[in-house]
Amino acid sequence: MTTKMNVKNIVRNYKWDTLFKNILLYGFLTIMAFIVVIPFYWMVITSLKTRAEVDLFPPTLFPAVMMFSNFPEAMAQADFSRYIYNTIYVGVISTFGTVITTILAAFAFARLEFKGKALLFSLFLATMMIPGEMMVITNYITVARLNWIDTYEALIVPFIVSVFYIYLLRQSFKQIPNELYLAAKVDGTSDFKYLIRIMVPIAMPTIISITILKLIGSWNAYVWPNLVADSDSMRLITNGLRRAFTDDYGRSAIHLQMAATTVVTMPLLIVFLFLRKYIMRGVSRSGIKG
Amino acid sequence: MVESKNNLKAWLYLGPALILLTIFIVYPLFNTIIVSFKEGYNYFNEDYSQFGLGNFAKILSHDTFWVAMRNTFFIVFVSVPTSLTLALLIAVGLNSIKPLQKLFQTIFFLPYVTNTIAIGMVFAVMFNQSSGLVNSVLGSLGVRDYLINWVGFGASWGRAMTVLLIYTVWGALPFKILIFLSGLQSIDKQYYQAAQIDATPRARVFWRITVPLLSPMIAYVLITSLIGAFKEYTAVVALFGLDTEIRQKGVGTVVWYVYFYLKGPLLANGSVGWAAAAAFVLFLIILVFTFINLYVSKKRVHY
Repeated sequence: MTTKMNVKNIVRNYKWDTLFKNILLYGFLTIMAFIVVIPFYWMVITSLKTRAEVDLFPPTLFPAVMMFSNFPEAMAQADFSRYIYNTIYVGVISTFGTVITTILAAFAFARLEFKGKALLFSLFLATMMIPGEMMVITNYITVARLNWIDTYEALIVPFIVSVFYIYLLRQSFKQIPNELYLAAKVDGTSDFKYLIRIMVPIAMPTIISITILKLIGSWNAYVWPNLVADSDSMRLITNGLRRAFTDDYGRSAIHLQMAATTVVTMPLLIVFLFLRKYIMRGVSRSGIKG
Repeated sequence: MVESKNNLKAWLYLGPALILLTIFIVYPLFNTIIVSFKEGYNYFNEDYSQFGLGNFAKILSHDTFWVAMRNTFFIVFVSVPTSLTLALLIAVGLNSIKPLQKLFQTIFFLPYVTNTIAIGMVFAVMFNQSSGLVNSVLGSLGVRDYLINWVGFGASWGRAMTVLLIYTVWGALPFKILIFLSGLQSIDKQYYQAAQIDATPRARVFWRITVPLLSPMIAYVLITSLIGAFKEYTAVVALFGLDTEIRQKGVGTVVWYVYFYLKGPLLANGSVGWAAAAAFVLFLIILVFTFINLYVSKKRVHY
């Protein structure tokens, strides 16, 4: 009898304990989630406010009138269609180039045997530790000497190779059983055919991850484009955004500034929501030591 | 015979990547170090007055450089531990819930894919003095003098820095949460079940099971976020805009200093050498921290 009571007590205590734990847990996570989401919410509602409502204090938490006309007006503040065209052009070409150099190099590191492979691979990885600013200075000089300032070449050529992606894809390639390769060899399939017909399709999820991450990276690039392509016709979207609302410090046109910011941010959010799996896998792979 | 044929083929596959890496990563690394020792360097005609430590002496005599150094270390030592702790707490929380886990996971990852410049501009609007959300919240919390000038013209260093730190922590969370969460999910459930049978207190489970088994991820995240924090730059530009504003508020970082003298409004004869010298100093600092980190984690990390 007493033992039964004890068990009941323990079970009840345990239940209260879990409930309390869950309230704390969900409470904490909800507060943090709010902090993460608020900037996005603030951006969108501010982008829809009228010129007068933006200046109200305390600020309204939802626009009184939805001013969708803010978007075309914001886009007219600078040549945004040109910036978007430039960004897509540069993004697509440099992504295409990167995927090709990455597949070829990852294949060599994953499947082919050659002298100095281990050493070369360590050297590749070591370059990831070096802060990019060391390279940017000389690359800027190189590009200036080549007369590439304000050209697409300057925005594309230095970025069609990535050690990080080579590393990522090599890991995927490594997981493909060697027997497949040997069987193909016996059948007389050439290395290149094997790479294109077998390895690339199997490693497609990683290649998609790389493609998405690279495109997002191009969309968000700021530092290098700001250095080498700062004329109005060559500007990329992020530089255009910062530039268009820097001169008057955004003071007079917060709603337009936020409208343009929304236009820049929305494609990223949409891509993320639809392709979350690939993006998160690509990023989390980098965390698994290899 | 076969071996040498294979060798050649491998180099062909590596060729494109190797050529580009040599031109845009390997050569620049060495060249920038060399440029940092060339005084009065003009990169168009390759002229320089002499080879020596002049550029380093010059930057060490700049107040802006020391301000940038102080800010950079400030960001490193405040934002890295803060974001690391918060990310660990969030990841542990996420790992121990079932309903809504995916939703929370998605929300927490949002800042990773967004544009640093764009969201930084949103932060500046939220911290706006006369119409911002933050001051309004402070007012309703009963703070006196709540119309604080955080990021506007004439904002003080402390306030501007506060916003910068909040923004860097906000932006640094998602990557860390993702890595920690995938680490937590790969920990064998048996450890926790054993602890449960022994009725081990939760705090003890955390320190004795979770942290040691997560230590490789913690070490990795620590290295990458230290490097990232030392290179903070875009967030500064996003929040404060013009170089003149950044200089006036004294919120520049070392990388900002580098770009300021590579292509800023105050270029002087040979200032590219100052930029190279500052970048080299930063490189050495990061190298030292990376080695300390590797050394400590070799001793402490449990595999």
